[in-house]
Amino acid sequence: MFKLKSVKTLVIATAVSLAAATGALAFPDKSIEYIIPFGPGGESDISARFQQPFFKDKFGQDLVVSYKPGGGGAVGWAQLNSMAGDGYTIMGINLPHIVIQPAQKDVGYTTDDIKAFYMFHYTPDAIVVTADSPYQTLDDLIADAKANPGALTMSGSGKATANHLAQIRFDKMAGIKTTYVPFKGTGASVTAMLGKQVKAQWGYTTVGAAQGDAVRMLAVAMEERHPLFPDVPTFKELGFDMVGGAYRGMAVPKDTPDETVKALSDMFGEINADEAFRKQMLDGGFALLDVGIDGMGDFMKARKDEYIEAATEAGLLN
Amino acid sequence: MDFEHLANALTLTNLALALFGVVAGTIIGSIPGLSATMAVAVLVPITFSMAPASALILLGAIYTGAIYGGAYSAILLNTPGTPSAIGTTFDGYPMAKRGDGDLAVAIACYASVFGGMIGALALLLLAPPLSSVALAFGPVEYLWLSIFGLSLIASLSTGNVLKGLAGGAFGLLLSCVGVAEISADIRLTFGSSTMIGGVEVVGALIGLYCIPVLIDLVATPERHLKVEEGGRAVRFREGAIIAWRSRFNLLRSSIIGTVIGILPGAGGSVAGLVAYSEAKRTARPDQKFGEGEPDGVMATEAANNATVGGGFIPTLVLGIPGTPPDAVILGALLVQGVRTGPTLFEGGGSIVYTFIFGLFIATILMLPTGLLIGRYAYKTIVTIPKTILVPAVGFMTIIGTFAIRNSISDVIIMIVLGTVGWVLSRFGFAASPIVLGLILGPIAEQGFVQAWIIGEATGNLTGMFFGRPISLAILAFTVLSLLYPMLQSRRARKLLDMQAGSND
Repeated sequence: MFKLKSVKTLVIATAVSLAAATGALAFPDKSIEYIIPFGPGGESDISARFQQPFFKDKFGQDLVVSYKPGGGGAVGWAQLNSMAGDGYTIMGINLPHIVIQPAQKDVGYTTDDIKAFYMFHYTPDAIVVTADSPYQTLDDLIADAKANPGALTMSGSGKATANHLAQIRFDKMAGIKTTYVPFKGTGASVTAMLGKQVKAQWGYTTVGAAQGDAVRMLAVAMEERHPLFPDVPTFKELGFDMVGGAYRGMAVPKDTPDETVKALSDMFGEINADEAFRKQMLDGGFALLDVGIDGMGDFMKARKDEYIEAATEAGLLN
Repeated sequence: MDFEHLANALTLTNLALALFGVVAGTIIGSIPGLSATMAVAVLVPITFSMAPASALILLGAIYTGAIYGGAYSAILLNTPGTPSAIGTTFDGYPMAKRGDGDLAVAIACYASVFGGMIGALALLLLAPPLSSVALAFGPVEYLWLSIFGLSLIASLSTGNVLKGLAGGAFGLLLSCVGVAEISADIRLTFGSSTMIGGVEVVGALIGLYCIPVLIDLVATPERHLKVEEGGRAVRFREGAIIAWRSRFNLLRSSIIGTVIGILPGAGGSVAGLVAYSEAKRTARPDQKFGEGEPDGVMATEAANNATVGGGFIPTLVLGIPGTPPDAVILGALLVQGVRTGPTLFEGGGSIVYTFIFGLFIATILMLPTGLLIGRYAYKTIVTIPKTILVPAVGFMTIIGTFAIRNSISDVIIMIVLGTVGWVLSRFGFAASPIVLGLILGPIAEQGFVQAWIIGEATGNLTGMFFGRPISLAILAFTVLSLLYPMLQSRRARKLLDMQAGSND
């Protein structure tokens, strides 16, 4: 009797767990909306477009990219938590944006409001010059900046952004003074550099990948050299402790159930592990990052401390 | 470049894609709020499974069609479906009001095809050298270009220049709402986080142009557009004769459109307006711009479709998107694994040339499809009873405005602006100066701030603002455009004096 009962329990338990398992497998059973809080065509859009076909391939459902631009992303992030927390709505997030914006002023959300579940890549900071620029090496640029303080103009995308923070940090490390000229987006900042409106650009490795022979990168902010640019040194090699850039990932509305968040994190982790996906990203000049939901707390805290310190020193927060 | 690429573009699949793209684009573009950018962005995932050249042809065809489609709502509803079609309303709507809507739609189609061909021709033959234009334009040039654009208010507002300038200033103020593009300051939001996104240009366009038309439709008993009785023949031939007579206007407008299309910071709206004001400046004395002059419609439509080919020049040669839809197409190309840049024209040239021929084919296909859809759109709008037209259009304005950024606050802003615009129009303030201020304000501000920062860093502020040849040329045009109303009234007075003299 006793034995039978335990078998029965076992059967029921197995059935329940099977049901739970198939329930988990059933997610997603419809398309997932992937909101980019910027206009189309930027790095956030392009990297989301890279994920799109892999998602469909692996999980059978569409990843539908839509745009909600405004306020440098703030409009979208401020509305994220009012959206349905069922796992079928996710939103692209960017660092340092979601740290700096709420620290500067009231933008309708705080950094801790954003429930990030996966950070999948970053575009490493890089100093980019035209192919015919007199700056052959980073030393040439530093020497010129030392000889003519403030006269060296560098374009970048926006103010209090990854590019701007990189300029501030590097100026301090190298003991130089350059002039940062903010442009609307990376495209405009590249145009200004190519058109010699400025002497150099604070850009990303993606600029080097897109522009090819037309430009030269003097250094990239990575731990090791980017596989696409084996000849470009890292800042570290040249004696500057700079690693970073603009980080991108995805977040969900706050009330999304934990198991759904975990499932999403695993799914995007699977895409990130795909060799074909990694190759596409690297060929585009991106650098991959694999921070899932488990490591997110530590990752965010480290970034937050780093950005707040740099921004405070530069007087961007007051 | 040889006939092999033309043959590649002429495959059955590519022809079908071009046809589908043009038709879909024209229909999407004709709905206010549904823009070329959106049409292209929605279709990008479909292109992932296609060959790169076919994908490009489809996206390019949609883009071309959407820019033309914007003319329908501009002509028949006084609502520019996209900012590119602002200038089309000036003469297109008066034409439609007096019963020439079918003619306006036909000449808009001829002009769009012509402009599209010139733009594509420039892309085919001159892309690498012309791309340097994009790089020659720095912050100061954009500053002066937008000041030039603002000066058009003076020549466009024939009635009351002061009211036009006041409207422009109101538009500039509106453009400051939200997060400043480059300084990241939050301005004029009055503490509301919904205002952080600012005033969306297309939503404002829909509000300022369409809502007053809807209110007037409800407030007056007359028919929306005058209908000619007695089933007259379609006016394709008449339109063709008018277009042929204005071939120099078409050519000039297309060249203006191509060149401005190359500038990544400008775009179809500026191109259309510059071409319009040039056409107006060089008009014959018997032409009445602003009261239904076919040349006004043709100038804008030729110029805005020429920006398609022009915009592809920096996109494909430099990897810098010339217009917002180009940015989406560039992203789609990257996903396809196609690298843009000068090497694209040399090494992997086949894709580019197949695409350019595809763009030609799509532009040519626009002629029959555009005339057909145009005729249908005209008949529908003219014959539909007001009781259906007004709610249908009202519904579309709301859907269209919402779709731009999936934002309900944009819809509210649209309706508020529309009501304000209607009240202002009662006092003689036109919508166009406000919109001009809204579009050009951010371009001028960015250019000014960047030029100031660079000028100060290099210790040469005066040289920065007044020492560069291109900006000096634009400055000269600006002065000309500002003085134009004065010169015109003097000329008119002289003419009157002469007539008075001969009567003696």
